Amino acid sequence: MFSNMHAAVLAAIINLNHPAHVIEWHFIKLSVANVVVIGLMLVVFALAIVLPFPGAARRAAARRSAGGR
Amino acid sequence: MSAPPTQPELPAQPEPPAASALPARPATWTGRVREAAVAALPPEKLLPESQPTYVASWIYVFGVASLASLVVIVASGSILALKGPAWWHYTGVGHFFNSIHLWSVELFFFVMVVHLWGKYWMAAWRGGRARVWVTGAVTFLVAVPCALTGYVSQQNFDAQWISTQAKDAMNAVGVGAFFNLTNFGQMYSYHVLLLPVAVVGLVVAHVLLVRRHGVVPPIPLASSSSGPSDGPRGASS
Repeated sequence: MFSNMHAAVLAAIINLNHPAHVIEWHFIKLSVANVVVIGLMLVVFALAIVLPFPGAARRAAARRSAGGR
Repeated sequence: MSAPPTQPELPAQPEPPAASALPARPATWTGRVREAAVAALPPEKLLPESQPTYVASWIYVFGVASLASLVVIVASGSILALKGPAWWHYTGVGHFFNSIHLWSVELFFFVMVVHLWGKYWMAAWRGGRARVWVTGAVTFLVAVPCALTGYVSQQNFDAQWISTQAKDAMNAVGVGAFFNLTNFGQMYSYHVLLLPVAVVGLVVAHVLLVRRHGVVPPIPLASSSSGPSDGPRGASS
């Protein structure tokens, strides 16, 4: 449970007491927070494709030796 | 006198099966539903012990991450529903569960979008999996109003602001007469019952269809002749 003190510490780190920052490009208008989330999703998507899955090579070798797919 | 010629021995004819040996069609609708369900999803297909090698990739994780988020959403939402919509405003525990509910929804949409991107670029409708794709896409579309009705159920100034702004959009598309964002009771009912039931039902259908057709394999490289194809339905292990 958050105490008021913890909330005050967090509020000191991130000042949210202002109107949202927005990015405008022609008819597209997005808040910076949403753009950050979309960027994070793209990064996670790219990492999910390029990063090796733990144990994938071992499992593939075991399947090959067993004659399976 | 010679002995009379004997008849040549004919090969034994198979006995026609007795009526009792034939698989009898169940007489009741419950029996017929059971047989159809077992035929469509035999137990080893419904709860497989292994998955194809290609599933060992991070891009295949986001579907089950969406399911895990949905479980947390339903659990935290059930606690909030038990205590009432105002509880989170005046207790720390209520605020904690409201935050769990909010952030599990944020996570749900985050991982569901990555799951959607992954399946789109895999053309996950291949191999007779059109219904798998459609149920997933419709789940996403139904989950959006499910979340937005939550924003207007907060019982604070944020909810008032959102509902009074969004009602104009509803009126503009002609649904404002029966979907009134300023009607808290209606929005709360949509948020805690009607839309969650639809989302969970669609997710159950989506998962059962994945079990039936198997997890979609990656698109084989053009030069590869032996890679996994979209292949026969259910060739998943």
